[in-house]
Amino acid sequence: MKRRNFIQQTSAATAFIGIGGLSSLSFKTDYKKHITILHTNDVHSHIEPFGPDDSRNPNMGGVARRATLIQKIKNENPNTLLLDAGDIFQGTPYFNFYGGELEFKLMSKMKYDASTIGNHDFDNGIDGLYAQLPHAKFNFISSNYDFSNTIMDGQTRKHKVFTKDGVKIGVFGLGIELQGLVNQNLYKETKYLDPLEIAQDMSRILKEEKNCDLVICLSHLGYEYRSDKISDIKLAKATENIDLIIGGHTHTFLDKPTIETNKAGKKVLINQVGCYGLYLGRIDFYLDNKNNIEANGLKIEV
Amino acid sequence: MKTFRLSFYLLLSVFILSCKGNSVETAEIKSQRIAIDENIEADPEIEEFVAPYKEHLNKTLDSTLAYNPKDMVKSDGDLNTAIGNLMADIVIAQANPIFKSRTGNEIDMVLLNHGGIRSGLNKGNISSRSAYALMPFENEIVVTELSGEKINEMLSYLEEAKTAHPVSGIQIEMDQDYKVTSAKINGEEVDEDKNYFVATSDYLQQGGDNMSFFKDPIALYKVDYKLRNAIIDYFKKVDTLKVEKDNRFIRK
Repeated sequence: MKRRNFIQQTSAATAFIGIGGLSSLSFKTDYKKHITILHTNDVHSHIEPFGPDDSRNPNMGGVARRATLIQKIKNENPNTLLLDAGDIFQGTPYFNFYGGELEFKLMSKMKYDASTIGNHDFDNGIDGLYAQLPHAKFNFISSNYDFSNTIMDGQTRKHKVFTKDGVKIGVFGLGIELQGLVNQNLYKETKYLDPLEIAQDMSRILKEEKNCDLVICLSHLGYEYRSDKISDIKLAKATENIDLIIGGHTHTFLDKPTIETNKAGKKVLINQVGCYGLYLGRIDFYLDNKNNIEANGLKIEV
Repeated sequence: MKTFRLSFYLLLSVFILSCKGNSVETAEIKSQRIAIDENIEADPEIEEFVAPYKEHLNKTLDSTLAYNPKDMVKSDGDLNTAIGNLMADIVIAQANPIFKSRTGNEIDMVLLNHGGIRSGLNKGNISSRSAYALMPFENEIVVTELSGEKINEMLSYLEEAKTAHPVSGIQIEMDQDYKVTSAKINGEEVDEDKNYFVATSDYLQQGGDNMSFFKDPIALYKVDYKLRNAIIDYFKKVDTLKVEKDNRFIRK
């Protein structure tokens, strides 16, 4: 028994060296990894484009066009993650008629990887959200809504690690306080947990325990408020380990991501693309050997 | 056996490697906001998938429910408008039978908000689409039991607002300086010692548009009826809309 154990250990060590050697060889040849993050927020059931006579957004938006765009980018870089920051529901009769079925089916067809949950996603009640889940072939990631006393128990994930070209991307999700915003009859026993505490927890787990190379927060907290209310800007400054916050709720049209400095002195990007599927957000991360980077530092071109 | 072991070791080593994490780090970040507009061709497969949903929706939304003999916009009156009167009257017409059957009481009056009239109604055929435009939100009708004192607070609010907030069941006269000179419910001046059943939307009841007098009613009754559904049901019921500007809320 002992002998066998010994053999196993040596062989494992050999195998380890073998693979380690191989991979370090491939890393040496100026190896850059390229991860593309695509994102939407607050699409609010906008399936069709706005008409030519629309006073605010003539000829903008439309799911069929978004699908073309996403496919084109995925063809260029298969290492793409497609995310949504919530409020998929409510805004056009498509939601009133079909209860969100079409929204989820179309997002599944476009191969969304994950979404978090917005306040309007409770508009047909937590039962209405649950009823549409079979149409969604993507993950719902929500870290600070405790659904354990509701029908949604076990239907969402606190976080998920996506691996693209060997790069580990950890995603967690934050929802806004529902009390005062959504009728309690709709969200029922959903408990809202402090987003800041949860964010610290989730990002530490993803960065340190799960060894993620990138940590993304899908947030429906809102970009910024005049009051003390927790927002993406506050979240970015008060946490560490988050690389990118993809926001929603406030329908904020950022033409480029905002860069904040976190508690540990590192840069955090915050992005939000308004609403109604008028824009697609795109963020490209280029990763390289740690040794190669230290000389140049992180370059952000936004 | 040997191959099994080898694959086990390989798996183990991959596991050890992944535990170590990649030795890569972000070197560069670029970003782009891409407008989704007519320059991007629509995916035909998606369009085809949406088509039957769209067809059903349009058929339902555009089928004629009633006839509207004249254009109505919310800016066509001083303190009451045809479209506002229509909405407030619909609330009583549609919600009172439900409220009465549940509580035995009658709705005395209705107050909505001018900002909640989200579109006009064009002359011609009226469809569900018109109702969705008029009331795109999911607001529900609620009935509050208010003291006469709270009704007076409501009147002070209306004096301040100087706006054509839709009402029904109440008759308000103001002087040229927007001071209330008379306010009658069921033909009688508002009595401080009486309670009244006032219907509104859940949005306003919860403090929307600063209507704080709705906040803590003596009693609150849900009607479980969306304002938009009440409008659609009313359109289905009537043949021709016969609502005019009148003297329910005026300045003299």
